[in-house]
Formats: sequence, structure tokens, C-alpha cells
Amino acid sequence: MEKTPLLEVKQAGIQFGGLKAVQNLNLVLYPGELVGLIGPNGAGKTTSFNLLTGVYVPTEGDVVFQGKRINGIAPYKVTQSGMSRTFQNIRLFRDMTVLDNVKVAYHALAKHTMLASILRLPSHFAGEKKMEEDAIEFLKIFRLDRYKDELAKNLPYGQQRRLEIARALAANPKLLLLDEPAAGMNPQETHDLMELIAFIRKKFDLTILLIEHDMNLVMGVCERIYVLDHGQLLAEGPPEVIRNDPKVIEAYLGEEVTE
Amino acid sequence: MEIIQQILNGISVGSIYALIALGYTMVYGIIKLINFAHGDVFMLGAFIGFYAITQFQMNFFVALIFSMAITALIGVLIERIAYKRLRNATRIAALITAIGVSLLIEYGFIYIRGAQPEAYPDVFGRQSVSLFGATIDMKAVLILSVSVILMLLLQFIVHKTKTGKAMRAVSHDTEAAKLMGINVDNTISATFAIGSALAGAAGVIFGLYYTKIDPLMGVIPGLKAFVAAVLGGIGIIPGAMVGGLILGLVETFVSAIGFSLWRDAAAFIILILILIFRPSGIFGKNSREKV
Amino acid sequence: MKRHSKAFWPLLIAALVFYAIVQGLIMTDMLGAYHTNTLIFIAINIILAVSLHLVIGITGQFSIGHAGFMAVGAYLSAIVTMKFDLPFVVAIIVGGLVAALAGLIVGIPSLRLRGDYLAIATLGFAEIIRIIFLNIDYVGGAAGMQVSKMTDWTYTFFFMLITILVIVNFTRSRHGIAALSIREDEIASDAMGINTTYYKVVAFVIGAFFAGVAGALFSHNFYIVLPSQFGFLKSVDILILVVLGGLGSLSGAIISAIFLTLVSTFLQDYPETRMIIYSLVLIIVMLYRPQGLMGTKEITDYFRGWTSKGGKDNGKDTIT
Repeated sequence: MEKTPLLEVKQAGIQFGGLKAVQNLNLVLYPGELVGLIGPNGAGKTTSFNLLTGVYVPTEGDVVFQGKRINGIAPYKVTQSGMSRTFQNIRLFRDMTVLDNVKVAYHALAKHTMLASILRLPSHFAGEKKMEEDAIEFLKIFRLDRYKDELAKNLPYGQQRRLEIARALAANPKLLLLDEPAAGMNPQETHDLMELIAFIRKKFDLTILLIEHDMNLVMGVCERIYVLDHGQLLAEGPPEVIRNDPKVIEAYLGEEVTE
Repeated sequence: MEIIQQILNGISVGSIYALIALGYTMVYGIIKLINFAHGDVFMLGAFIGFYAITQFQMNFFVALIFSMAITALIGVLIERIAYKRLRNATRIAALITAIGVSLLIEYGFIYIRGAQPEAYPDVFGRQSVSLFGATIDMKAVLILSVSVILMLLLQFIVHKTKTGKAMRAVSHDTEAAKLMGINVDNTISATFAIGSALAGAAGVIFGLYYTKIDPLMGVIPGLKAFVAAVLGGIGIIPGAMVGGLILGLVETFVSAIGFSLWRDAAAFIILILILIFRPSGIFGKNSREKV
Repeated sequence: MKRHSKAFWPLLIAALVFYAIVQGLIMTDMLGAYHTNTLIFIAINIILAVSLHLVIGITGQFSIGHAGFMAVGAYLSAIVTMKFDLPFVVAIIVGGLVAALAGLIVGIPSLRLRGDYLAIATLGFAEIIRIIFLNIDYVGGAAGMQVSKMTDWTYTFFFMLITILVIVNFTRSRHGIAALSIREDEIASDAMGINTTYYKVVAFVIGAFFAGVAGALFSHNFYIVLPSQFGFLKSVDILILVVLGGLGSLSGAIISAIFLTLVSTFLQDYPETRMIIYSLVLIIVMLYRPQGLMGTKEITDYFRGWTSKGGKDNGKDTIT
């Protein structure tokens, strides 16, 4: 591929105390790709996500997004610059309505000031109206609009996952990071989820990095896969290569046999 | 030799803070609750000791042990009645409850006996000893000895007994401890009993040292002892001892250089600084929230 | 959070009508000083409750040092009126602004802390503020400072109204949603592009401003301002209003401010009994109804519940 990468991670790593949770991480994502990040439990997948999104500051190496070095900048700025994420254990705003959950993502896109809101100036009403309309339109895409006034915590599990993805997309990202979106889902829900991912990818012209524990699932949808083990990259390549890589097989088998 | 006297004063006050701080730190370590009522258990300890000496003519040391026994019981009752239901509540709900329990003890006690202070009986008179040319109040020596003995005893309990091992296990991982067959409820009760007994002892020696006790006397030493616990690293037993001593010395020093009105602010300034720059305290390890 | 824009103007007009009626009764001497004073107390407590509601109930930042900011407003406003002879309204605003500044100074370092650590830090700051006033001879130290009575129904009512309006308007905007999302899940909020530090500090500063305003009204109602009026117990007094009403419910905070002010006026001569009742309220509410009387609901939600079919919260089984 000759295009310039959307995301480039160069030799990034992080240490907690003496423990190197992730080291020498090198990732390249080109626009429009759907890439998987897999590995056994505790391999450092979520930690890697946290490095990319600014939750953790890398103690070594660089994270370059859209040509800009972003390590060390706050998570909200990373999100505003076009990278948003979901969480392994759903983090919705549970006591807020479905609509307001999505509106939070629209917050950064709206312009009306706090003073305008406090003084009830016309710009406040215009801004709020637009946010509301946009958010409802957005929920319609995900067929969540009929739940818009429900509290997020009252949605069934599968719909909560859906809402979390919708919320991440409402922030208008170029790169979407999904952290084990299929965790805890039954086969039917997993199937629906994969369709949803394919759909949003096309619809929003997205690049997606997907963490998944379940190898078979990732093999089915991703074009390229990175494999992490013990905080380091073990392998990289298209699914068929990864599937037959002895190191990968050993890492996964090792998990079952020795642990 | 003014300086030796000042240091000794500081250590005496500090060891009272340390005794109270131990209860805070043990309870926080085990159930992550800032037990606001702990300062009031200290107050009750002072009054129990006072009544034991004046009404029941007990010897000072007998009164001390008597007070420790009753405060231990009070601590367990507080835990069983108020805090036990809050094990799965938010920490904020637990904190609000603890504030409520604290106020209830203070004003319930005032309601029963009135707010007037009492003068502690002067059991040892004004004896003093001479050390390196400094005249040292016997009471300071007594406070120190009692504190050191109690702290050694605590170390023994925590490290050498079955109860102590259970306490450490529960504070490390409650769920795992439960799976290993440890009776978590009893262990928590034991923690409250030990912590409260130490606060009760602190109350008695506080009364002896400062001679005046009143129903609201626990508020400020309670808060300061909490600061001492945070300073040493909350949840860490030696941390509470060191934190208490440091706080006592700093306060004595601030008074000695002529800022006695600012003495109470010193503790809170230390608190703020430690929370901002090293929230895990002197002996604590950094931990961050899991994402 | 639900929007109630339609209720805005009717409620505002009702409030103004209520003001006019009371003012009329006061001017015709039909409402005596005692009852007027009770109304003033209620209004001051509403300002305190609503301002703390913004910090705790909306933004989820657990502050137990609100009395510290009240003290700043009380003292600074007293200096403006008593030492500089400036009008009361100027004093109230100066009191609020300096309290807001104090909120900024306290908020920036302490809002990095969470949960009970933040609570203890705010308590510590409030104590430091109190000890500072205790040590300044210019404001009378422990003996306090004489203040003329300038607080009246009109001042109190309109500042209360402004407080409620500002906080309601804030809450119902995108800024309020941002603050709410911090209460719900700070990490997710950050990941959604919300500058969480900014909104936490903003909520804290606005809360401190109105606590300062309340302090100004409070000190000019009492003839004297003393450091001991703003101790930890005062912070608890304010906290209980928010806790009883329901963390997250503005109308809950207002209702409990009205109710508890009446209770404490009634128990004026029995301060111990009052404190025993307060402490029992804290314990019982936390043990049996930790979400408070109203939870995160507003009083208008109940009216809506009567007109439409069923509330929104219990729609669980309608989802398939």
C-alpha cells in the first residue's frame, strides 16, 4: 500500500513500576483498513489501546496519528482529533438516557458557549436543537431511536454494546478502536455485531482496530492481524498466515496447557 | 535543653495521633471506609477512663484496660449496626453514614450528659525525671511507654496470630480470603475492636496529658489522626505510626516558633500537600484505576 | 436529565408572583419579622443546597467543604460593606467572586483526586480557610466582626432565583450533559471528548460563587460574622440538604432545604436534638434509601407521570 498511514505506532511501550506491560509495539494502520489485535489474556491488548488513546502516556516510543505525534496528550484531545473507542466492560453513562449518551459525544462538535446557555441566548437554543436532531438521526441509523428516552442501564446487554459503538461513532472518528465488542455475546448477537461493524465501516468510511479474544471471529472479518503476547508483538499478517504461524499457535496453546 | 523537651512533647502528642491513626488505617485497609466516628470512639474512651477512675476508684492502668475493652465493644457495635450493610454501597454512601454516626455519638452523648467539660484526675501528680539536663514530665514518659507497648502488641497480633493473618488476607483481597475459608465478618469485627481499643487507650492518655476532656474533643484529634494515616500511607500500619509522630513533631515545632494559632492549619496543609503530590503516602505504592 | 423548557416560563412567573405576595405581606406588616426571617433562611439554604447540588449531584465531585466558600463570601462581603461602605449588592457580588476565586484555587489541585480522597481534601481546605480568618486581626479574629443587617427578603429572593436559573440553565445545556457524564463515568467521559478537568473546575467554581453569595446574605443577616460559624458542621448542614433530597435532583435539594430549615427553626432551642435528628437522617437515608428522597428525578417528572402513561424509569419490560 502506498498511502500514508492513518496511525503509526513506533516502538511504543509502557512500564508500571518495574513491570514492562507493553514494549516495542509497532503498528501501522492505513485508511479504510479493518485490523485485528489479538492475544491471550493479559497479553497487553487493552493496555495498548490505552497507550493509543492517551489514557496512559507511553514511557518509550511514539504514537503518530494523522501525521501528528500524540503521545502524552489528554484522552479527550485524542478523541477530538478523530480517534474514539469502546471499552471492554461497557462504560455507558448508565443513569443518563440513550439520547443523552449520544449527545455527550456531540458536545465537542457543538459551539454554543456556557454563557449563552446560562443566559438562554438564541445560540443556545439553536445549538441544543441541532444537537438533539443530529443525535436522534444518529440513533435511527443504529435502530436505537425507539429507546431514546430510556436510561442506558435499562437496555438489554446487546443493545448496550450497540449504543456504546454508536456513541463512539457520534464523536465523528476517523479511527475507531473496539475493545472486545463481542465479549459476553451469544452467537446470534455476535453475528449481528459483525454485520454492524461491516455496515458502519462502509457508511462512515472508517478505519477500525479491533481487539478480540476469540480468534475465529477476528479471522473472519479482519484483513490484517497483529498478535500480542507478554506485552510484545508476536506476529503480524493476514489471517491465513497468522492461523498457521507456529508461534501464535504455541502462544494460544501455551495459555491453555500451562496456565 | 529546650529542644529536647519540645521533641519529647512532639513525640507524646504524636504517639496519641499514632494510636488513633492505627484504627483509621486498619479500618480503611480492610473495608475502604474513612471511619469518621473513630475520633468519637477516642472521646468515649477518654470519658470511660475518667468515670472508671473517679466513680469506680480504679487504678490508672486498670482504667486504661477497662476503657479499651469497652471501646472495643463500641467499635464492634458501630460496625455491626451501621457499616455492615454498606459493604456493597458506594464509598461516598459509606462516608456519609460515617459522618452521621460521628455526629450521632457526639450529640447523643451531649444529650445524655451535657456538653460541660471534665477535669481529668491528676493520677501521677507533677513528677518529673531529669534526662541529659532536661526536665521531663513523667506523664510524657508514661504516654510514650503505653504507646510503644500497644504498638508492639499490635505488631505481634497482626503478624503472629491467626486473627492478624486473617486481617491481612481480608485487606489484601476480601473475595479470595472468603474462598479460603476466612470468616470475613468476624475479621472485620476484630479489626474494629482492635482499632477502637487503641483509640480508647489514646483517649485515656490524652485526658491524662491535657487534663481537660469534653464531648467534642474527638473531632480535631480524629481529623488529625486521619491526616497522619494518609501521611504514612493509608492502610499501612507502620505508616500510621510514623505519620502520627511526624504530625506531632510538626505541630509542636509550629507552636514553638510562635505560630500556635496556626498549629491546627499545619495538619491540613500537610494533608493537602500529601494528597496532591503523593496520595499514596510515605510508605504507599501508587495504584491507578483499571480501565 | 430531561428537558422541561415548556415549564420554564410558567415556573418563573409563579416564582415572581410568590415573591410579590410575600413582599406585599411584609410591607403591610402582615408577615412578622420571625416568619420573614424563616423565609430568608430557607432561601439562603436553597442557594447553598442548589450550589452544592451542581458540584455533587450533577458533576459527581464529592465536596464536604462548602462552608469554606461560604465563609469567604461572608467575610469579603462584610469587609466591602463595613470597611468600604459600598452598597450591599456590590458586597454580595464581590463575596461571590472571591469565593469563586477560592473555588478555583482549591479546585485545580484537589479535583484530580477522586471519591473520599477529594472529600477529605475539600474538608481540609475549608478548615484552612476558617483558620486563616481566625488569624486575621483585620476581621476580628476569633471574636468576629460586627456586620449591619442588610439582608432582606428582596435581596435573598432574587439571588436565590438567579442561583436556580443559572444552575438549571447550565444543567440543561450541552455543558450540563458534559458535567453529568463525568458523574456517570469519568473515564468514558474523557474518551468521548469531554475535557473533564475543565468541567469539574467550572462546576466547582460556579458552586463556590453561589456559596459565597449565600455567605454574604448569611453574614448580613446575623449582625456578626465569626469563624466558628463556618466549621465542618456547617458543611455537613449543607451536605445533608443535597443527600436527603437525592444526589442529582435539583428539586429534591430545594424541597429538603425548605423542609430541614423548618425543622431546624422549630428546634432552634434544642441544638442537640437537631443534630441528633440530622445525624439519624444521614444514617437512615444512606442505609435504606441511598439515592435520597427523589433519586435523580425532578418534581416535574412526577407530574408528567400523571399525565402520560407511566414513568420512564420503569419501562424495563417494554424493551424486547
